[in-house]
Parts: sequence; C-alpha cells; structure tokens
Amino acid sequence: MEDAINRFQFPFPTPMDLTVGVLLGTFILSVLALFVFIASMAKGLFGSGGAASVQIFDADEVGKVEDPAATLSQRGSLQQAMDPSQMDTQRDAQEVETRLRADQSSSLVVGVCLTMAVMWLVLASVAGLVASIKMHSPDWLVDQAWLTFGRIRPIHLNLVAYGWCSMAGIGVALWLIPRLLKTELVGSKYALIGGALWTIGVIAGTVAIALGYSDGLEWLEYPWKIDILLVIGGALVGFPMWLTLLRRKVDHLYVSVWYIAAGLLWFPVLFLIGNWPDLHFGVQQATMNWWYGHNALGLWFTPLGLAAAYYFIPKVLGKPIHSYNLSLLGFWSLAFFYSQVGGHHLIGGPVPSWLITISIVQSMMMIVPVLAVAINQHLTVLGNFRALLYSPTLRFIVLGAMLYTAASVQGSLQALRSVNTVTHFTHYTVAHAHLGLYGFFSMVMFGAIYFIMPRVMKWEWPYPWMISVHFWLVVGGFAVYFIGLSFGGWYQGLAMLDKDIPFMDSVTLTIPYLQARSVGGALMTLGHLVFALHFFMMGWKFGPRRLGAALLASPGPTSTMAQPATARGATA
Amino acid sequence: MSMGVGKYEMDELRLVVGTMVILSVATALLVVMPYLLLKDTKPPAKLAPYTDTQLIGRQSYIANGCVYCHSQQPRDIAQAPDALRGWGRASVAADYAYDTPHLLGTMRTGPDLLNIGARQPSRDWHLGHLYAPRAYTPGSIMPPYPYLFEVREGEARAGEVVVNLPPSHAKPGQVVVAKPEVLALVDYLIALDRTYPALTAEDDLAVDRKAPR
Repeated sequence: MEDAINRFQFPFPTPMDLTVGVLLGTFILSVLALFVFIASMAKGLFGSGGAASVQIFDADEVGKVEDPAATLSQRGSLQQAMDPSQMDTQRDAQEVETRLRADQSSSLVVGVCLTMAVMWLVLASVAGLVASIKMHSPDWLVDQAWLTFGRIRPIHLNLVAYGWCSMAGIGVALWLIPRLLKTELVGSKYALIGGALWTIGVIAGTVAIALGYSDGLEWLEYPWKIDILLVIGGALVGFPMWLTLLRRKVDHLYVSVWYIAAGLLWFPVLFLIGNWPDLHFGVQQATMNWWYGHNALGLWFTPLGLAAAYYFIPKVLGKPIHSYNLSLLGFWSLAFFYSQVGGHHLIGGPVPSWLITISIVQSMMMIVPVLAVAINQHLTVLGNFRALLYSPTLRFIVLGAMLYTAASVQGSLQALRSVNTVTHFTHYTVAHAHLGLYGFFSMVMFGAIYFIMPRVMKWEWPYPWMISVHFWLVVGGFAVYFIGLSFGGWYQGLAMLDKDIPFMDSVTLTIPYLQARSVGGALMTLGHLVFALHFFMMGWKFGPRRLGAALLASPGPTSTMAQPATARGATA
Repeated sequence: MSMGVGKYEMDELRLVVGTMVILSVATALLVVMPYLLLKDTKPPAKLAPYTDTQLIGRQSYIANGCVYCHSQQPRDIAQAPDALRGWGRASVAADYAYDTPHLLGTMRTGPDLLNIGARQPSRDWHLGHLYAPRAYTPGSIMPPYPYLFEVREGEARAGEVVVNLPPSHAKPGQVVVAKPEVLALVDYLIALDRTYPALTAEDDLAVDRKAPR
C-alpha cells in the first residue's frame, strides 16, 4: 500500500509526513473527544434531568402516557403500567389546544408525505423481492431489460432510500417540528411543492434506471439532471422548518430538533457534491462515492430515525429521557465520527492507506455516540417493558432502537481489517445494510407512522389486529432474512479467502441462504402489504367510529368522548 | 433554566456552524484530499485509453448493472488470494486513469473483472456466456441477457455476428445474432487488462528520489 501512495505526485513535502500527520491529528482529536466524554461524565454532567428533556411534555404531563395507535383499553393498561396515579387526571385544556393546533398545521403535508412513503415502500419491497429471487433463480424474468437483476436491484435501493425512507423521514420530521417548537408549521406549502418535485424526481429516476440511464455509482444512480429535482425539492422541504424555528415559542431546542435540523442541512450538501457532474474521477470518485454512501446513512437517515426515537419513546411512556446531556454528547460525536467512516468500504482497494485507516479508527470511535444513544434510550425503557405489550408505537420503536445499537456495533466491528477481509464483497454486507436501514430506520418509521396518522386523519387505526400482523410478519421475515444472509455471507467470504476452494464453490454454497433471504423478504413484503392496506383503509375511514377521547384525553375509564378541546380537534 | 442550559445549550447558530464545520472536515478528508492527491496521476504508458466502441460497451456494463455483482479491484496477495485466482495483481490508482465513472464495485457474487480481458480474450466465449451463462459455467447464477441478442430461424445476414453456442445449447435451424450493444460490451470486457507491472522502472526512480527507503 505504501508503494501505491508513494507513486503519486504529492503537493506536500513527503507522503510519509502527510500520512503520519493526518493519522496523528485524527487520533489526537478522537482521544480528546473520548476524554471530554469521560471527564464530563465524572463531573456528573450526564445526570438525569435538564429543563429541555421535559420540553416535549406540557405542564403536569409527565407521567401521562400517549399513544394514538393504542386502543382505549390498551391505553388504560399502558397508563396503569407506567403511572397508575395519573389514571383519571385531566390535561390542561390550553396546552392541549396548542398541541392540537400544532398537529393540525402540519397534517396536510405530513399526510401527503407519508402516503407517498407507504406507496414507495410497497413498490420498493416488490422490486427487492424480485431481485432476491433472481439471485437463486437466474433464469426467471430475463426477457425484459428493465427486469434484469442489474436494474431491478438499484431500482429497489433507490426506491427504498429516496422513496420510502426519505419521504417517511421527511413526513415524520415535518410533524415533529411544530410539536417540538410548540409553534404552528409556517410555510407548509413550500414543503408540499418540494415533496411534489421530490416525488417526480423519484419517479423519473426509477424510470431512468429501468431504461438503462444510470450515472453508474451505487446510491447515486439517478442521472444528475434528475437529481436537480431532488435538490430543489429537498431544499423546499427543509424551508418550513427554518421558518418555524425563527418563530418558535420555546426556549430549549429538544434533541430531536438538532437531529432533524442537522439532517436537513447535511443531506442537500452531500447530495449536491455527490452528484455534481464532471467533477469526480477514477479512484477519487470511489472515495467520494463512499463518503456519500455512508453519510446518506449516517447524516441523513440516522438523524431522522434518532430524532423520532428520541421523541416517541419518552412521549409514549410519559417519562423524560434518561439523560439529556448524554444526548448532547451523542449528537456531536455522531456527527464527527460518523461523517468520516466512508473509507471502510474501500479496505483493500487502490486508495491511500491513511484514508482507510482514518475511516477504521472513526468507525471504532462510533462506539461513543452509539453508547450515548443506547444508554439514553434503553435506560428510559428499562423497567417498563410491559409498556411494549400495550403500545403498538413503542413496540416498533423500541425494537428499532435496539437494532440501531446492534447495527452500529456490528458496523464498527465490520470495519476492522481482519473482519472486513472476510465480509467485504459478500452478502454479509447486504445483511448489515438491512439491519441499519430496515431493522433500525424502517422499524422506527413504522412506529412513528402508527402514532402520527391518527392525529393527521383524526381517525383511529380501524383494525388494531392488523398492526400486530404487520409487526410479526416483518419481525419474523426480517429475522429469517438477516440471520440467513449473515451466515451465508460469512461462509461465502471464508470460501473466497481460501485459495484451495474454487471460486464457483463460494457461489453455490450461498444458494440455500439466498433462498432463505427470499422467504424472509416475502414475509416482509407481505407485512408491508398489510400495513399499506390498513393505512389506506384508515384513509377511507373504514372501521368503527372510535375517535375523540381516544386521541388525546386522559386514558382512564372515566374519561368520556365529550371533552370540548379534543372533540373539536376530532371532528373531521 | 437548570442543568443543561447555558454553556451546553444548543441554539440555531451553534447547530448550523457546528454541523457544517464537521461536514467540511469529513469532506476535506474523503473528497478534497483524494482529489488533490490524485488529480495529477499519470496514466500508465501501457494502458490504452478506451476506444469509442469500448466506451459504448462500458455504458452497457453500467446500464445492465454488472457492477452489482462484479468488482474491479483485485486485492493484495497478503490480504486475499485474488492473484492466485488469476484476477491479477493488486490494482493502483493509475490503473483507473480513464475510468469515469469508477466501477470498483462492492460485491463478488461473480469474480473480479479488472483483468477479464487478459484471462478470457475470446469474443465467442463472452458472447456465448452473456447469452447462456450456464452453458459455459455450470452452477453460475449470472442472469442471461437475451434482450442483447436476436434469435432467428434460418440464416444470419451478411455482416452479422453469430453466437457460436455449444452443441448442448444450440437449436438446429436457429441462429443467435449479437446486437451492436453486446458487441460493444464484449469489446470493453476484452479491453479490461491491467496485467502490465504496477511500477515501471521510471516510477521506481521517482519513488526513490521522493521517499528514500
């Protein structure tokens, strides 16, 4: 590798100085960050509390549970489990009114974004399933060019990333902002126009890939002319958040706001630089590709997912997050370390080794923000696991938060040279990618959508059993998917490293695991169809008329449907 | 205003400045530095630029997503036995001097292709393999690409390239004709050959002057 570095004409004194300098600088920064972490912990900075952590609650609301996706009896049990003393207490009418107005100000644009997201989810799952089946049945659907594996696979990835995940993340973010700032959403029409441009972009991009017009880079396949739509659309979507921030009625910015704001700042920059035509070349383009590819996860989906988890976990439980200051550390260390890990996608590749080493070091340093988030979110839930029985929202989001920890720790380990040598170029990596974007992000989005939609539609989920069916299908399906593909990928990697095993054997040994992936993927897709069906049944107001009290009032058996504030909010 | 406020409070300005500085650091490391270091990389003397046909073939490689199963970056023998599989020496940045967009790839569902032209220079083999992969590599899970070919009863016309399939896969009275796109693709695949030495004597001198070992 050293030879490879030395061969270039460096604009610096000597390559070795540069390598040592960069590595040393990175190392010192990383260690300093760790010291700050430890020192501030020793000072008790990370104790529980902080005025901002109760920001998401109204006056006297701590202790009161909230989950619009739960049935009345579930809500009663949830309250009983969390804080029985709050069973019959009423909420402050003024505060309830403020929140209702905040919810209403965003309901149109959020409803549109989430509807699009659910449609993309179904299409993306079908594309993924087709691609998966093609891997073990290569002669299936081969006559149409657009159905060939090399097109349907990027169609799946882009529909998931820019269709389902981005639209769901944007919808949830736009819904959280007015709630968190206790301010009605300003300028939602910009977000509507932005969402429309974005949607046109996703449609055009999908068609372009199907027709064979691809820019050729993973995650950046959409032709750059189409990307312009996404850049403008994305900027317009972020605009109302800034307008609302300027008029905010709260002093503290809750942790979810930082994550959302940061994500909405980072993504346009990433996307613009990544797609800029005629700028990148050869190996430099490869490093840019993975700077973009990993930051799309780390600086776009992860912040949006964490923002939702940081809101809904304490909100449903009626209990502030364990440590507010820990979340501050988690945020900045995530930003710093995560943004530099992309190079680990090129371990063993023709890239300068200092770059790879930085990325490996920062991948390991990711343990700091991951622990911060893990401690915070898991300790908030700890001791309240009964709540998962009663809250559909929480069931998805707590599972998502757990899989976030799992995906992150797995990612750190996978960046180690020794592990990466086995897993690189194999299906193991694909399984890992799904643990992050599906196990973590999509699960959190499912939970968030279950919470949000009753407020948007002013209608409860018609058939609560369908939520359970969705949950168990996707959890079961994903378990089969992940476990199967991880083992298959690992064995594939070991076989490829053994010079005495013919390459063909590394292909054939994966077949049963690829078939398992298709089974898991089919279950997941089925779960998504149930979810989508339920979603649209709600849109068409199927099911018994259960609204009013169930939406926002106290959950005790004595509460009635006749509260003025909620009833007003509930009339469609 | 209790704990977590004041010095540790977050406001919009801190947020915007902090997030943008951090992103700039990452961009400087992973995008700008490689740009500065690699922009003057000279193409190796023995690496010919792609011809127009090969570039069309390269577009076909991109359009049909070959990159999702095939890497183009053999690893060093110290890390993996890529060279022993005939995939070639570890590649260096100069090998990609003409490669935009890059096609390094991240999967090896199929073998590495950076030197496929050197180990499989036969056009007939490639055409047949693209039409019926399992006729040439039993157990392969590569999809066939029938839409890149035309299957006809009778004879081929003058100037057309006929795919010579093995007897087990050829149907009597039927010809499989390669469309121009697949001919270009095969042209590109055959051009994939970086078997020249990574370091020439001239490079060695330059290295010695710059970083004495």
